[in-house]
Amino acid sequence: MSKVKQNEHYVAPYDAGVSFDELPDSAPSSRYTPSWTGWLGITVVSFWVFIAIFGPYLAPLGENELPFPDDYSEFQPPRAGAWLGTDVDDRDILSRLMYGAGRTIGISFVATVLAYFLGVILGIGAAISSPRVDMIVSRINDAFLSLPTIMLGLVVVAAVGSSIPVLIITAGVIYATVVFRLARALGQEIMVMDFVEAARVRGEGYFWIITREIWPNAAMPLMTDFGLRLIYVILFISSLSFLGLGVQPPQADWGSMVRENLGALSYGQSVIPVIAPALSIATLTVAINLIVDDISAHSGGKLSKRL
Amino acid sequence: MAKKSDDNDVIFEARDLRINAVRDDGSELPIVKGVDFKVQRGEVVALIGESGSGKTTISLSALGYCKPGLKFAGGEALLLGQDVTKMTTEELRPIRGEKVAYLAQSAAATFNPSILINEQVTEAPVLHGSKTRAEADAKALSLYHALELPDPESIGGRYPHQVSGGQLQRLMAAMALCGEPDLLVLDEPTTALDVTTQIEVLKAFKQVIKEEGAAAIYVTHDLAVVAQVADHIVVLYNGEIKEAGPVETIINKSEHPYTKRLMGAIRPLPKPGQGESSNHEHMRDVPALEAKSVDAGYGKGADGKPKSMVLRDVNVSIERGKTVGIIGESGCGKSTLARVFAGLLPPSDGALNLDGQPIAPDLRNRSREELRKVQFVYQMADTALNPRQRIKDIIGRPLEFYGGLTGEAKNNKLLELLEMVELPPPFADRYPHELSGGQKQRVNLARALAADPEVVLCDEVTSALDTIVGANVIELLKSLRRDTGVSFVFISHDLSTVASFADEIVVLYAGRVAEQGPTDKVLSPPYHPYTRLLISSVPEMRTGWLEDTVASKETMTGMTGGVELTDIGCPFFARCPLAIEGTCDTVNPPRRVDGDNHIIECHREVDELVGGG
Repeated sequence: MSKVKQNEHYVAPYDAGVSFDELPDSAPSSRYTPSWTGWLGITVVSFWVFIAIFGPYLAPLGENELPFPDDYSEFQPPRAGAWLGTDVDDRDILSRLMYGAGRTIGISFVATVLAYFLGVILGIGAAISSPRVDMIVSRINDAFLSLPTIMLGLVVVAAVGSSIPVLIITAGVIYATVVFRLARALGQEIMVMDFVEAARVRGEGYFWIITREIWPNAAMPLMTDFGLRLIYVILFISSLSFLGLGVQPPQADWGSMVRENLGALSYGQSVIPVIAPALSIATLTVAINLIVDDISAHSGGKLSKRL
Repeated sequence: MAKKSDDNDVIFEARDLRINAVRDDGSELPIVKGVDFKVQRGEVVALIGESGSGKTTISLSALGYCKPGLKFAGGEALLLGQDVTKMTTEELRPIRGEKVAYLAQSAAATFNPSILINEQVTEAPVLHGSKTRAEADAKALSLYHALELPDPESIGGRYPHQVSGGQLQRLMAAMALCGEPDLLVLDEPTTALDVTTQIEVLKAFKQVIKEEGAAAIYVTHDLAVVAQVADHIVVLYNGEIKEAGPVETIINKSEHPYTKRLMGAIRPLPKPGQGESSNHEHMRDVPALEAKSVDAGYGKGADGKPKSMVLRDVNVSIERGKTVGIIGESGCGKSTLARVFAGLLPPSDGALNLDGQPIAPDLRNRSREELRKVQFVYQMADTALNPRQRIKDIIGRPLEFYGGLTGEAKNNKLLELLEMVELPPPFADRYPHELSGGQKQRVNLARALAADPEVVLCDEVTSALDTIVGANVIELLKSLRRDTGVSFVFISHDLSTVASFADEIVVLYAGRVAEQGPTDKVLSPPYHPYTRLLISSVPEMRTGWLEDTVASKETMTGMTGGVELTDIGCPFFARCPLAIEGTCDTVNPPRRVDGDNHIIECHREVDELVGGG
């Protein structure tokens, strides 16, 4: 640290040999370096993202192609040509898994982004607006929050029919309520900080206060929560698909794959048709969780308490 | 009560104690560099030094504790003959709270707001199993008596927010002493308190340490406080002992240049003749900022008046280029007055004038030009600077917002401002957390100055800083006032700081102006009884001061109560040694004028206020 220029009143350091520098309150922030669990999470998530994007090009067969057209039999065990065996309609499970990855992850991701878009704007908006507006918006939000997510999803999808845009909007709106809560709490916490008041005393408008004073301070915790929220949305979409109201056959999706192949369990045949998509969901969500945990631990655990 | 020691009377001994900080890359930086000292039974040893001297780190070693990022690197810290630096947490658990107890600076942060006081005070010994609940309760009760707490029988049944700050500080001492520890570690226990409260707390601490026969390590940077409570002083600088000895020797016959420097940083007692009589080149006919019979408060009452009135009939005018010090204990409405000026709290009655022109009470109705002229500097630089903005953005924004400066012109002005607050130019690219407390406060000031204001409202800007760092900030303010002609409103609970700096002083008590006038006039008789109490409560650098002061009548009556807002009559009535029963408590005090601009609000005649109590 360089020496502060001294004026004539500055109390000189007591002897010439030792310079007296005030210590900064904290060391310059160390960058986030993942621990091994963090790396594990990053590796698994990267793998699935890669599959989600390139799966359809890399899959050995088409989504609904039969690996053994001459030998039709459901739930065939793994063998050359179908490395994870075949499903209820004798389709290649590996290929369907790779097609389904993009759909499951893609829908969930877009829905989570939508949830954040709605939740953050409304949440921070509620935090800085008058107590009256805040109360009205918050109570409406609470009403939505009190409904069980799956039931609400089922009702909406049953009413308007299932399609990918409907799924995205439904999941986005349902999870926006949770994001709203977090964004509002964060916004309120930051609103009472002196630097926000300083901006108000300066005469800054709402736009500046939101974009320059509040948002940069809320972004980090919100981003960590994004990972967690993504997990919930993946599970939600998969649950809807499992119940038959999500992604519709013959399109592949991890949740619907579990449902289609449930028969494999009862017939005592291969368990792979059910386990493979279920395990995919599990590895992805656990891996995201590992990353979020690792980041939280790095930032002193405060974040994990808040979530 | 005193416990008899087993074989010798040394409670704690540091032998060549070394503590290192571990950097990110694994290298180690020595923080404490081989420190030796002893604490004997019944003795108070003070560790003094400025921040970064390692005094807190050393004191925590007595508990076998290192802050995260630090580690014991050598030597021994012997507590009753056992080396606590080499113990595991499991081994330390029975020792902490039983053999050694720690008293932190902030009682408010130590107490859990939702648990009854008594439960928290007795928690440690009951948890450790060394006392039954009944024994612990009895012990706590005797401590409440010893600490001279009001209603000792019932105070334990209250919640922390139901007692005053000074009482909470004493209750924290009760918490530490409940397990009857051999050693008490006190970390700046009175630094955050008002002078009047500090006296009662110091008195109680000193007495109770003696009665319990405990030993204590007292960490502070305030030599005047040390002179009152300590038997031995250890002067630390940069993790090394510079000087050690009995309190009399250090205070009166100090040899070491560093100790002398610490003494030099001590603010002189508030006496007339210190205030700056600033030159009149910046003077104008009209005051820069003026409050006229302002009433203000919080909440909404039934009749349109605030629910709790904080300020009543306040008249203050700030001349251009002058500094007005606003002084009073916490709860007197000092910060509220600043918020009224800044437009954050519109007064319920009265008017505000800026440059002789009335301005809107609410900042939302003020023009940008009016906003520019009144700038606010916050007490806590930590929260006043956006942690996600670089220093250049923080200071640059007002330049852009008010002055419309951009690019090169903005940059030049930015560098000029950094130089003005004595920060090197490379700091512009730093984030606030990469600065020290004093440096942040300078940035805070630079941001206010960037607006090119007429009046800067400084709310306790030095209170959170170390003595020496705070003194440097005061020097900076003085030179800024000289160079810029800006008026400062300097709010502080520390009379010495205000006295050394202000042209005029306004003494606020419970939302009313008790006394105001030029610094010299306010600090010399005739005094308002409250001003007299404040002046006599500032610790002097001599041993025995505490006893003398406590014995005097003014402080005795003054110490009895806290600040209470009253609707009618003089709010100081309950604490005033000169109070007139039947008059002071029922009739608002008249304004008595004693020569040029010196006003005292008191029922007593000016002549009666000249002499002693």
